[in-house]
Amino acid sequence: MEFLAHLLPAGIAVHAPVLIVAIPLILAPLAALMPNGRLAWGVSMIAAIIVAVLALVLMGEVSISGSGVLSYHLGGWAPPLGIEYRVDALNVPILLLVGLVGLLCTIYALPSVADEIDAEKQPLFYSAFLVCLTGLLGVTITGDAFNVFVFVEISSLSTYTLVAMGGGKDRRALTASYNYLILGTIGATFFVVGVGFLYMATGTLNMADIASVLAENGHNRVTQAAFAFIVVGLGLKAAMFPLHVWLPNAYAYAPNFVTAFLASTATKVAFYVLIRFVFSIFHPEVSFVAISFTWVFAVLGTVGMIAASAQAIFQLDPRRVLAYSSVAQVGYMMLGLGMGTQAGLSAGLLHLMNHAMMKGALFMALGAFAMKFGIRSIKSLNGLGQTMPVAASAFTIAGLSLVGVPLTIGFTSKWYLITAALERGWWWAVAALILSSLLALVYVGRMLAAIWTESPPNHRGKAVVRTPTPLTMLVPIGILAAANIYFFFNADPLVNLANAAAEAMMGGR
Amino acid sequence: MVDILAERFTYMPILVLMMIGLYVVFATGNLIKRLVGLSLFQTSVCLFYITMAKVFGGEPPILPESHGGDHGAAAGHAAAAAIYANPLPHVLILTAIVVGVATLSVGLALVVRIRESYGVIEDEALKAADYSRETGASD
Repeated sequence: MEFLAHLLPAGIAVHAPVLIVAIPLILAPLAALMPNGRLAWGVSMIAAIIVAVLALVLMGEVSISGSGVLSYHLGGWAPPLGIEYRVDALNVPILLLVGLVGLLCTIYALPSVADEIDAEKQPLFYSAFLVCLTGLLGVTITGDAFNVFVFVEISSLSTYTLVAMGGGKDRRALTASYNYLILGTIGATFFVVGVGFLYMATGTLNMADIASVLAENGHNRVTQAAFAFIVVGLGLKAAMFPLHVWLPNAYAYAPNFVTAFLASTATKVAFYVLIRFVFSIFHPEVSFVAISFTWVFAVLGTVGMIAASAQAIFQLDPRRVLAYSSVAQVGYMMLGLGMGTQAGLSAGLLHLMNHAMMKGALFMALGAFAMKFGIRSIKSLNGLGQTMPVAASAFTIAGLSLVGVPLTIGFTSKWYLITAALERGWWWAVAALILSSLLALVYVGRMLAAIWTESPPNHRGKAVVRTPTPLTMLVPIGILAAANIYFFFNADPLVNLANAAAEAMMGGR
Repeated sequence: MVDILAERFTYMPILVLMMIGLYVVFATGNLIKRLVGLSLFQTSVCLFYITMAKVFGGEPPILPESHGGDHGAAAGHAAAAAIYANPLPHVLILTAIVVGVATLSVGLALVVRIRESYGVIEDEALKAADYSRETGASD
């Protein structure tokens, strides 16, 4: 890993934490000024490559720094007064995830966006995407509680417009985006109320500083209220079970590229912030936090993974099936968090990374199908195994991974979750995990059966023959599907990242 | 009880505003009215931050003017001794107000687009329109 830190000249590498946020932000207006979608895509591509490289450099720098924490003082103002960007073991995997998945999604965007978005709106679309990327990276890297709110809103506002861009194809995207805006704003405002309470109680906004003041002064009613507001606010953003109602429609009607990008990054970043607040600002051993693990996160996670999986079975539109499945997967992560042990948190984080890879591949493959055949219901997947074999195979691999079949990463993370649950003595959680996996088998199985066993649709009396998919779509889909298998056989890199993150949060307990 | 309320009376209007805002968001079916409720809710949070900045007997956080030819040190001493209101929440809220305006404008733009393609901005009517289209399109 050490060589990664030396990818860039030292003068630039020092500023990597701020550059990773600033570069997409600076390039966003440039993309908007481009005369056509292709050039705007080029600008986004440059931004995505730079972001991915910087994420790798940051990982390298953290691994060679002795303390495992990289602190960047914005404008040279020392924290807690100045704003601090802080990279440590917990947000390195999230940065990598956003950077690399963002890069793959950007490659995929070219044919998908050209197909779905009006030509004159494409530069603006890419610009909004870059702003969204900025927001997600900013949320991940900042060490300042109020800064999190600002970046959450930057990413959310651009997400609302991105989702609404699906309105050209299906007008329900507009109402989906509107509902997302209302609920997302309520969530962000709850979060900011919570941060306000924390500021009242501690007089500082720097996360590390809040944590040390809280550890010194102990907790009272104000910090308890802060905790409740922050958990609800972030729960809305992360689509925690009863707060997930905005998600299925937003994912189902957004442009395919947007769905693939959001499904693998946006909720993950919100979940990361939740972990950051629960574990490193509030202490996991404080009584009301410990109670919330069992009675909020674990319970809602378990109910969520069963209820949302059951709802997924009854959906007609494949994208809605996958959207409900995303809610269920958030449930797995919540359960991991709720165990409150290092093994549980690590398993939750592992599932977070794995889920990004499988959902990314699934939504991208669906987008490829939709571009050629206009997918409206599961029936329209019929026979795609014959007409689009490569994309269909990738869809199958990622789908099996979603179920948790051995030889895929879905199995790995479920294995770790079950081990962690048994370690904690939560047999009911194991039962729920297995039940939810069986339900996943049903909804994934329905789609796979349509793809492989049905005959291709007829077009003017003839069966549709093999249809080529653009290479810019196949490459990212293929990479993600291959990653789904590769990381089963070589799980160590991901497991190590997750373990290091959990250890940093739990202090080796 | 009265003491507690009297001490914290500034929170009352904030709470009332917040709850009215949230209630409007959930109770009305009109998309514009919902945005109004949302703005009320956000504004109440702005007020919450501003009240938090107030220090009893505090002055605006501006360095006192130095008298006569006296400079530097005396002013510094006066500044250290002065009780002043916390300026930070005001700055935070400036950011939050900008965010609120941006949210409202994106929301209104969406409502305009919804009106263009559906012809209505009532939640029930929107649902009915989508439902009839779904059932009409299915075979």
